[in-house]
Amino acid sequence: MKITITEDTIRHVAELSRLEFGDDEIGKFTQEMDSIINMANQLQEVDTEGVEETVQVVDRDTVFREDKSEHWQSKEELMKNVPDEANGFIKVPVIIEKDDNE
Amino acid sequence: MNFKSTIGLEVHFELKTKSKIFSPSPVTYGAKPNTATNVIDWGMPGVLPTVNKDVYRLGIMVALATHSHVLPTTHFDRKNYFYPDNPKAYQITQFFQPLARDGYVEIEVHGKKKRIGIHEMHIEEDAGKNTHGTNGYSYVDLNRQGVPLLEVVSEPDMEDPEEAYAYLEKLRKIVQFTGASDVKMEEGSMRVDTNISIRPAGQKELGTKVEMKNLNSFEHVRLSLAYEEKRQQQVLLSGGKIQVSTRRFDEATGKTVLERVKEGAADYRYFPEPDIAPDHISQEWIDEIAASLPKSAEERYNDYVNKFGLKPYDANVLLQTKESSDFFDAALAAGADPQLAANWMNTQVNGYLNDNRVSLADVKLTPEHLAEMIDLIKDGTISSKIAKKVFAETIENGTAPKKYVEEKGMVQLSDLSVLEPMVKEIVDNNPQSVEDFKNGKDRAIGFLVGQIMKQTRGKANPKVVNKLLNQELAKR
Repeated sequence: MKITITEDTIRHVAELSRLEFGDDEIGKFTQEMDSIINMANQLQEVDTEGVEETVQVVDRDTVFREDKSEHWQSKEELMKNVPDEANGFIKVPVIIEKDDNE
Repeated sequence: MNFKSTIGLEVHFELKTKSKIFSPSPVTYGAKPNTATNVIDWGMPGVLPTVNKDVYRLGIMVALATHSHVLPTTHFDRKNYFYPDNPKAYQITQFFQPLARDGYVEIEVHGKKKRIGIHEMHIEEDAGKNTHGTNGYSYVDLNRQGVPLLEVVSEPDMEDPEEAYAYLEKLRKIVQFTGASDVKMEEGSMRVDTNISIRPAGQKELGTKVEMKNLNSFEHVRLSLAYEEKRQQQVLLSGGKIQVSTRRFDEATGKTVLERVKEGAADYRYFPEPDIAPDHISQEWIDEIAASLPKSAEERYNDYVNKFGLKPYDANVLLQTKESSDFFDAALAAGADPQLAANWMNTQVNGYLNDNRVSLADVKLTPEHLAEMIDLIKDGTISSKIAKKVFAETIENGTAPKKYVEEKGMVQLSDLSVLEPMVKEIVDNNPQSVEDFKNGKDRAIGFLVGQIMKQTRGKANPKVVNKLLNQELAKR
């Protein structure tokens, strides 16, 4: 069964990902995404009747970690990758709108 | 027209662990920004999360305490959203197979018992904290990123704000007495979101629900729900429609304010977390955790009132926190008299803690100290007046009561061979008081007691002195 990717799908995914595209890009991505999805969609032809959904390909349980705290990296080390900082905080453009928990 | 309300609650508890849920960074409160983080918390490329065993253990404790069914197999899922408080651009949570399902909490409102269902509870990571500046920038602190949370989702079983309030109180108490969380709303270790919809009585399908977030006290939960009930009724009665929306409670006006209207369902693109293998929870482990579960507040209440004969009021004061109840239990284990220990806990100890704004963990008084001091009062070694001095010294400096009393010579004077001649002498020297006493002036005896106290510098046992005086005066 062929899946059709529309421009609206691309716009929606772009918004979820906080990405902004021009109209010409939207058209290009719609085509590209359509062919990517439909290439992957060939998997749908495999008969999976009666096969349980695969959540994990590693055939083992999680190995729990004991609850011990450790200091790995210093603040200075971690903040090296931060473009802008103030008083020890990471400084980012203000974004009030958010879809969920504060 | 009559309306019916339907209320559901989502409560987040910070689980009390030393390290985070998916990384060994320390869990701290009030640390300097970004000092309790590591590469996993920051979502650096190539890092892998590892699951903290205690997060499961504490979560299972709460599940057991709320009669929930722990799922034998769970796995984590990714909830995708882009926001600066969330460096990975997804939150690791449990969406498809949560920790536990189908529990309940029993509440009592207006003398009526009712079960509030728990739909499910799951464990997840907290996000960092954003502070919004007025200059077009936000400031991010990732210390909270990865702190373990347990989210408890109720069934929409509550029909009025009182029931919601009672459910919250009960749930908090249950979680508090498992020791799984500090349950402090003011510090964010307990957070409440509510959902409320109303519908005309007789209508089957539920009305449109409105969500309220970030309520910072139980009282705000009650007030905001009561306000919403009225507001939604007015909207419906005037022919309007309720919008699917998120509102917040404005403390200053006591009203709820629209935050945003939701258009369509949130789209988080949940999918199983590929970096963490599934977890199988063995019945053996669940049994082990069940055996380690501390006594609930209800069980303790029964012990206090029925076994130790405490007044219900005293029992309830002791049970306000797990710390005070644990302290009391330890004092009893050290041999303290239950009612005396309760009296001291609820008056002197609480008074000291309130006056100094500290908690039991901060003071030097131990349950053994309390038991020792109560013994000294009981066997007449010290008077209750002296005991207050001893208590002040012990709670302030941790001095053992017995040692302090001996060193300071505070031992109460009950020795008859000393007191008898003293009483005789005082009576001999105060004929006027004897005369007054015979003429029915009871105050005269008070004067004579005072004289003896003066002579013994307050150490004479008042009970013994009174008895001796009465005997001596009867002879005259």
